[in-house]
Amino acid sequence: MAAASSCGGAGCGGPHCSSSAAAGAEEDVTSERLRRISIAGVCGKCDGGGAAVAVAGGVGMCRECFRAHLFGKFKLAVTSNAMVRPTDAVLLAFSGGPASRVALQFLQEMQSKAIQSWETSNSQALPVFGVGVAFIDEISVLLPKTKHETETAIEDIKAIVSSLSPGDKAVHIAPLEDVFSSESKDVESRLREVVSMIDDETGRDDFLRSLRMLSLQKIARENGYTKIMLGSCTSGIACHVLSATVKGQGYSLPADVQYVDTRWEVPVVLPLHDCLAQELSLLCEIDSLKTQQLLDRPSSGINNLVASFVARLREENPSREHTILRTAQKLKPFSFNKFSANGYHDFLPSRLRPKFQNVDGDGSTFSEILCLICGGPFSESELRNLESAKHKVQKKTDLYTAYCCQSCRSQIVPVDTNTFEHFFSLLPKFWTEKVDTASVSSLRDQIEDYLLEDSDDEN
Amino acid sequence: MGSTDDAARHPPPRAGSRLCVRCGERKAALKRPKTLEQICRECFYIVFEDEIHQTIVNNTLFKAGERVAIGASGGKDSTVLAYVLSELNRRHNYGLDLFLLSVDEGITGYRDDSLETVKRNEIQYGLPLKIVSYKDLYGWTMDDIVKAIGLKNNCTFCGVFRRQALDRGAALLKVDKIVTGHNADDIAETVLLNILRGDIARLSRCTFITTGEDGPIPRCKPFKYTECIYSPNAYRGFAREFIKDLERIRPRAILDIIRSGENFRISTTTRMPEQGTCERCGYISSQKLCKACVLLDGLNRGLPKLGIGRTRVGVGAYGQQQAKRSERNTSSLQGKHGNFDF
Repeated sequence: MAAASSCGGAGCGGPHCSSSAAAGAEEDVTSERLRRISIAGVCGKCDGGGAAVAVAGGVGMCRECFRAHLFGKFKLAVTSNAMVRPTDAVLLAFSGGPASRVALQFLQEMQSKAIQSWETSNSQALPVFGVGVAFIDEISVLLPKTKHETETAIEDIKAIVSSLSPGDKAVHIAPLEDVFSSESKDVESRLREVVSMIDDETGRDDFLRSLRMLSLQKIARENGYTKIMLGSCTSGIACHVLSATVKGQGYSLPADVQYVDTRWEVPVVLPLHDCLAQELSLLCEIDSLKTQQLLDRPSSGINNLVASFVARLREENPSREHTILRTAQKLKPFSFNKFSANGYHDFLPSRLRPKFQNVDGDGSTFSEILCLICGGPFSESELRNLESAKHKVQKKTDLYTAYCCQSCRSQIVPVDTNTFEHFFSLLPKFWTEKVDTASVSSLRDQIEDYLLEDSDDEN
Repeated sequence: MGSTDDAARHPPPRAGSRLCVRCGERKAALKRPKTLEQICRECFYIVFEDEIHQTIVNNTLFKAGERVAIGASGGKDSTVLAYVLSELNRRHNYGLDLFLLSVDEGITGYRDDSLETVKRNEIQYGLPLKIVSYKDLYGWTMDDIVKAIGLKNNCTFCGVFRRQALDRGAALLKVDKIVTGHNADDIAETVLLNILRGDIARLSRCTFITTGEDGPIPRCKPFKYTECIYSPNAYRGFAREFIKDLERIRPRAILDIIRSGENFRISTTTRMPEQGTCERCGYISSQKLCKACVLLDGLNRGLPKLGIGRTRVGVGAYGQQQAKRSERNTSSLQGKHGNFDF
């Protein structure tokens, strides 16, 4: 599952401008950096003769061209994958880091432009999509910060969002433990307890990521959002490619590296898919886009090792991350990696619709079995294991275990069978309920022939 | 603890030292990397050899009566391979005809020692040895090549030539199969490197256990862990270091990488490039000329970049060869060894 935060520590060197007092010093650093970069020469894209501040695609670009270059990638991803319909309410997952900061900026720009066209258009038939922002605070599982620090950070985040115009955007700030709110009173200790049952450091890290996605889904569902937008960029996705490979998740890997992911109740889209973390950080510097990374939970274990590895590769060759992503793109995506609901593409102008013609299906849900915890589709061997488990099952927890992929089973689910039951009882009901319904319906299938319908009349 | 009689017969392990988890008798001498179990030497040999035997049987790697060449570099992996195979062949009656096959790249100082080791292996394990050299096959040693092109891309030459050398040597010996000392770490590294390089076709093939004509294609150091003196490749160094760090955090990660590699959803059309034969030497090739012939052409014409990188090399008629290099050009590839039926 692609990280909801910025690039999982893969080296976004964005400025940590967290308070106005430091702004003066920050500006000095920024202009110093810009002066150094400017040595690259003149912009190779436009005739303006402006100093080049960044190199992208082998060309030195001035500020405006660089921004346009990145915005172009964002817009292309959104339009060519039909990510946002006019009727959509888009929830942006905002981590405070450079990538999601840029996503926020670009999304807002797109919305402004759409509002402008709407205002000047004759028909005003189609509405303009709505935008909301979600921040998942993981304070209860972070290293302790002072109350003052966390409050300031949260205020900063609210300020960043409200500084954008036009209009008020809803900001949803929810603690991670809220995923348990419908099942438990003391959600914080519940979260701590279930996390403490996971021995493996990497397993804990990945478990929290899965909870984060669940949290976003919950916020989206409860507030009527129809799309979730992540700031995941090339660098973060490249890290995910390697860490998934290293965890034995080679089969499910393609599911997480596409532009579109409709596995979830609220589909997830990745518009910064083709932008490097470095570029996004640089844009934040150049345009003084404020970021807030105090509440970032650094990746740990294998995820952290991979991030350092990718950082070294990047130093040796800046386009390595693109290459890694390109390799992963050659793997076959899944049926849920595109929008196939009936009539989904109707909102597109007719000249663009033919592109998606073969994609619109009958709206039926996809057939893959997904891991209970991480949502990864099951490989053949995992399916075989599940089938045989279904027949041999003694306790519910046996079935739950069989509905976890091999990676989650080995790094997240406790080894000790005595603690199995307790562990699964602590998991969000939303996850275990799916297994309960699946097993009930399979039971029903087995006895279907013998059930009498109410309407059956012997006469 | 026991009576003095017992103590005399079986000196009890020192207080505080651990016993082997397998036999419970002998002192544990090491921790198995795969499982972290503490195990004594004798048991380690037993489980190690047994696992190799199981791998061979479960994947039906051999048939009785087959002639099998063991790619022998003189390094620890191929030495162990030679020992284990000859031992298992004898113990379980595989009925195999085993040979040692070694490649001499012609790197002074580097290969000399390893070739001595292989010659010792020949005597120790009673396996006939055949050495094929780049000089005989291509008319160039690696020393010559590095003198001509320097240290950039020399690994490409060596890798391509070595692959062919093994195959040609095997053909000379009329063997049915080649076995190499690739272990899990090598394969895991190859999986990672193919991801980093964007080589999806190789990525799909590199976890196959059976070495066919298009089996795993290691590019630089297929057998040895020690650094070749001509290879300054930092990039591969990062990957190797990463794998070592990874193993420390999670030993089973190596096998997990291989499992990922086996499960990658790669469409079958990308798997097999069309199999033809080289016009010049008859070796298997998907292009008109095989990679080795292309590279050699470059060397012989003083155009060492020919065949390096992604640009498609024109395969039209080649011009006159320079007179002083003509004997190299007509070397082995056509003359001595004829055309190959693979």
